[in-house]
Amino acid sequence: MKRLAFILGVVVPFLSFGQQSDSTKTDIGSITGNFSIIWQSYSEDSLIGAQVPPEKTGFNAWGNLIYTKGKFSAGMRYESYLNPLLGYPGRFKGTGIGYRFARYSDKQFDITIGNFYDQFGSGLIFRSFEERYLGIDNAIDGFRVVLTPIDAVRIKGIYGKQRLDFDDGLINGDGILRAVDAEINLNGLKEKWGEKDLQVTLGGSFVSRYQAASQIEKDTLVLEVPNNVGSYAARLNVFYKGWTFLGEYVGKINDPNADNGYIYKPGQGFIANIAYTQKGFGFNLQGKLVDNLSFRSDRNLLLFDAPVNFMPSITKVHTYNLAATLYPYATVIDGEVGFNAEMFYKIPKDTPLGGKYGTNLTVNFAAANNIDTTGLSGIDRIIDGYQRNSFGFGDSKFVRDFNVEVSKKFSKNFKAKYTYYYLEFNTLTTPVTTDFKGIVYADIHVLEFANKLSTHHSLRTELQALTTKQDKGDWATVLVEYSYSPHWFVSVMDQYNYGNPINDRRVHYLFGTLGYINGANRIAIGYGKRREGIFCVGGVCRAVPASNGFEITITSSF
Amino acid sequence: MKKHFILTLSLAIVSLVAFAQGVPSVKLKSTEGKTVDTATLVGKGKPVIISFWATWCSPCKRELNNYLEHAEDWKDEFGAEIIAVSIDDQRTVTRVAPYVNSVEWEYLVLLDSNKDLARAMQVINVPHTFLVDASGKIVWQNNNYSDGDEEELYDQLKKLKK
Repeated sequence: MKRLAFILGVVVPFLSFGQQSDSTKTDIGSITGNFSIIWQSYSEDSLIGAQVPPEKTGFNAWGNLIYTKGKFSAGMRYESYLNPLLGYPGRFKGTGIGYRFARYSDKQFDITIGNFYDQFGSGLIFRSFEERYLGIDNAIDGFRVVLTPIDAVRIKGIYGKQRLDFDDGLINGDGILRAVDAEINLNGLKEKWGEKDLQVTLGGSFVSRYQAASQIEKDTLVLEVPNNVGSYAARLNVFYKGWTFLGEYVGKINDPNADNGYIYKPGQGFIANIAYTQKGFGFNLQGKLVDNLSFRSDRNLLLFDAPVNFMPSITKVHTYNLAATLYPYATVIDGEVGFNAEMFYKIPKDTPLGGKYGTNLTVNFAAANNIDTTGLSGIDRIIDGYQRNSFGFGDSKFVRDFNVEVSKKFSKNFKAKYTYYYLEFNTLTTPVTTDFKGIVYADIHVLEFANKLSTHHSLRTELQALTTKQDKGDWATVLVEYSYSPHWFVSVMDQYNYGNPINDRRVHYLFGTLGYINGANRIAIGYGKRREGIFCVGGVCRAVPASNGFEITITSSF
Repeated sequence: MKKHFILTLSLAIVSLVAFAQGVPSVKLKSTEGKTVDTATLVGKGKPVIISFWATWCSPCKRELNNYLEHAEDWKDEFGAEIIAVSIDDQRTVTRVAPYVNSVEWEYLVLLDSNKDLARAMQVINVPHTFLVDASGKIVWQNNNYSDGDEEELYDQLKKLKK
């Protein structure tokens, strides 16, 4: 690794590429980068259960550098977790280089060596990605070649291992991944098809894992575990005027693993999405099924470790604090069937309901259950576990999520938004709380006001209330944010668990933040109490413990 | 020892090379399903505003909705185009087109579902907005949005015209 850094550092800037003859002689490339630092101090607070680790502070930091010269680029990320913030996953320890790559890319040929992130289709068969603030990183480490022989055809080939851990440096998982994907845009095949209203793209993928296997013993049986496991997918994207159809089907051959209890049943999954949109209106319908589709580069791992594919959750990603962090839904990967329907409408301006500027309305409903299965018996049970009877819902409810959002601009300087949510959430199958096992029924109301006080001064207020008879009971959140554009903001948030069935736990979680932004540099200082809960970015979530203390975050890119 | 050497060397290289950032070439799909090479969108003699956003990001939506009031003026006065790059992943990416139409944005909207462009442009979190000058160089960026930031962007556009 050090040798690679050395080569990148010394050789690259002095190389001259033949293809660059049109550029000036002084062009020795450019460097871009970013860094991000989060520091926390911890104080004890027995009321909320905040603990102080022996090291008293937490420190997560990373910086990326990318060097680019024409068609060549190379980069690395340096990461430090000294020690990791409380609640950050255990796979991030120490300090060192966690990612490095070199890449050559032109119109038809693109090769990457080292680490990279990529996705095939919807990601249901293959997705390597990072959510750094959540501690998710399943980068591939190996080779990738992307060929684009003509504009309409793209072929990707990948050989590599997958990031599993970080301990003073990158640690890859056990399995070897081999993957190929081809995508063809039919309209690109003939010039006169290019501008047609109907646009059709087809794609297909194959992903295989090799991991040396031995026999396993189940009850009285001794079973051979396959060394190689293959997974395949086909997808179709159709666009016609305002209509969009996206569909992908994934199959996986027998893959006894820790997620499925080492059964040999093949896995299956699909996502189908149909949407229509025109000015001022849109709707989106999505159906999804996953059945034994968990695929990891190591068959013995669980949870966030080394996933090869990505199973997106069917519910909408909520933005407001109480709706987003108390009961966030995530796909139940053993088996889930669900759908999501959403409608967007803008009530035109100059109508009674639309007013001067128009009113925006969004209605969304999502539902998911277990899949409809029957358990097998005897030897079949040991080998295949169960059989799926239909594409329909099973009898265990995972989630119902209904929400309506109305937003309206009343004047140039005043906007308001009201959101209502109704939730039924199964905490047995999506364990987001330890206080209650069963179905939580909750109503959430959120009012948000944005006042522009003058050109540079503005005030934003959120009033949120969650009521439920289950789990931790009722909550209220108030958030006030004052910003002085373009450089300063200050905000105070209070979450109050006023309806907790246990009197002692009716606590205020007060947190204040002061921030300074200058272009791409940003520093924020926060102080206060954070409740234990689920922390989500972009729909991926992790549990964080309660904490009390200071937090400083700095991000910068250049 | 070796680590120090690499660090020193890296710093030496950093001080040698130019920092002026351009827009890298990444192939993204538009909301109409067409493939767009991002490098071809800039450097065509007009300034371009590139704003990274997501359907779950409130300040991002506030920013791009507020820009809507100015988009026509910025185009008339400076020839500036706005490009909205969504980093929604598979969970929410299908909401992008219906949302965009319902709020009547007329920007080119690109889908960066696996953050390839975001990573190449060193975007850490959203909103992150870049102003790219007529020659394709990034001249200003803002990793935040507060009401009123459009005034700063307007000043920056004016500066480019001089």
